[in-house]
Amino acid sequence: MSISTSVSKPARTSVPVHVSKSLWVDAWHRMRREKLAMLSLGVIVAYSLVAILAKLGAIATPWDVEVAGAYAAPSFGSLKTIMGSDIFGRSVFYKTIQGTRIAMSVGLVTSIITIPIGVVLGALAGYFGGVIDEIIVWFYTTISSIPSIMLLVAFTYVLGKGIFSVYIALGVTSWVTLARLVRGEFMKHKSREYVVAAEAIGAGHLIRIFRHIFPNVIHIVIINLSLQFQMAIKTEVILSYLGLGVQGQPSWGVMIDDAKLELARGVWWQLTAATIAMSFIVLAFNIFGDALRDAFDPKLKMVTMPGGIGPRVVSGKEE
Amino acid sequence: MTAYAIRRLLYTIPILLGVCLLIFMLFNKVGGDPTYQMLGKHASAAQIQELRHDLGLDKSDLAQFGDFLKQVVTFDFGRSYATKQRISEMIWAGMPASLTLAIPAFIVETLLAIAIALLVSFFRGRWLDRSIVLMCVIGISVSALAYILFGQYVLAYWWGLFPISGYDQDLFQRFRYVALPALIWVVVGLGVNVRVFRTFMLDEVNQDYVRTARAKGLGEGVVLFKHVLKNAMIPVLTYVVIEIPFLITGSFLLESFFGIPGLGSITIDAIHNSDFPVIKAMTVIETLLFIVGSLATDLAYSGVDPRVRLG
Repeated sequence: MSISTSVSKPARTSVPVHVSKSLWVDAWHRMRREKLAMLSLGVIVAYSLVAILAKLGAIATPWDVEVAGAYAAPSFGSLKTIMGSDIFGRSVFYKTIQGTRIAMSVGLVTSIITIPIGVVLGALAGYFGGVIDEIIVWFYTTISSIPSIMLLVAFTYVLGKGIFSVYIALGVTSWVTLARLVRGEFMKHKSREYVVAAEAIGAGHLIRIFRHIFPNVIHIVIINLSLQFQMAIKTEVILSYLGLGVQGQPSWGVMIDDAKLELARGVWWQLTAATIAMSFIVLAFNIFGDALRDAFDPKLKMVTMPGGIGPRVVSGKEE
Repeated sequence: MTAYAIRRLLYTIPILLGVCLLIFMLFNKVGGDPTYQMLGKHASAAQIQELRHDLGLDKSDLAQFGDFLKQVVTFDFGRSYATKQRISEMIWAGMPASLTLAIPAFIVETLLAIAIALLVSFFRGRWLDRSIVLMCVIGISVSALAYILFGQYVLAYWWGLFPISGYDQDLFQRFRYVALPALIWVVVGLGVNVRVFRTFMLDEVNQDYVRTARAKGLGEGVVLFKHVLKNAMIPVLTYVVIEIPFLITGSFLLESFFGIPGLGSITIDAIHNSDFPVIKAMTVIETLLFIVGSLATDLAYSGVDPRVRLG
């Protein structure tokens, strides 16, 4: 054991670290040239800051008090009424910011649940193959065969309505795409020379999976993260709109649901505020995710098959 | 081919069993006892006992799972809690309305996406290509709900181009009502499809046979329409095959929003009413359709690409 660690050290520090570092630096340089991608990154950072500040209670509190009469039109008098008010006279601007907090937290928590499950199952299936592969593939094919909107509905019923259920339901249903991609990469990498070399110097399976192969496929996780984040945000909005999501808190989906009845009275600002707030962040994640893919691995096929993430709501395909 | 088809068919058996087990666990076990919800707060113990017996909830888990499998096989999911109708009848009644919306929308969406994808691959890398791709990304990023609300408010309510909502069982009148939802369906789906189809076509553009076609002096238009389009139709068709079974269940949001009494509306109503048997039945149907769709996709693929059969 002592021999194997002393021998494996130089191999580890010289070759793989150098390669992976240059991949990252190289990708960053390519991303920097894309103005749209950098703008998107700026939008993502700005939304994250707004979400953190709202979480800390530094901005947009209290959101649930009257700032104007019911359905006051947008006015530039003060920040609170810049986007008008809702039926209870609450500030639509504050609600939109609180909605940002909810949306970003859904994206974040979903990713925290999804990444470990997707990476570990995908890695085990791709690396070991055989029976382990078959069991894992069977498991995720089964989960992804049930349309995710129905699975989400089932989960929110089982766990009770609320943001916690949204986290769990999204986390449990959306790891399949990541697992599939990671499995494919591990299958490609497991017989490459550097992995065979690692085996030759006595590295065990776990060392080879996590220390040798994983750094070479981690970019898949990051690309997927960006696209999954926006999927989670869109799904939260749909679920909240259906009344299955966030309860008693201002979510963009709840705001759009309210707007359904407001439009006939000519109250357009709540719908507009929620839609624009949501579109910008989803657009930013889309553009940034595409740029990440182009920078890291242009050949990666991210055409996700239906049954992956995101509910089929409008047409027969995943959005 | 036959050997592959049989292998692929056999592979659906463990998937079907896994799916049934998962749905059963979610709805029958973890989902809790529906009797309290059905009888209300003031039910007596005897009433609960009677209802549990009627619903078969007092049997063993294995027997209950057997009952569930029997429901799936015989396509008899009992009655809705909310409307007391037979669920199988509700489904047969809802299917025509869903198809009325889904089939035209699907055809228009697919053809339009192919045409636009072909156009942008003709102008690949130039400003038209880039701006259309950017428009697609923007289109995908706007919530489907926004399209629906905007379409209903501006096109139907304000300008009066379409009925605001509703449906007519008359064979010809019904198309008046599905026109706007179908339009929204096309707009929402177009962005995704154009982007995917464009990558399919660009994959073909870089192939050797395209270079040969250009080398022998064919114009770019002929190369695209005669050579690239033909070959790109393979991934395009296999991509859309999986959507076809889902046309039966229509669209959740569009149907419930525009009052079209299809399977999508039935599902949304069931979600709002906590109508467990209907939600369960719709979950089973959607899942079976997905399995059929992916089976059809794989078989279609192996039909056109012999390499798949070896894998």
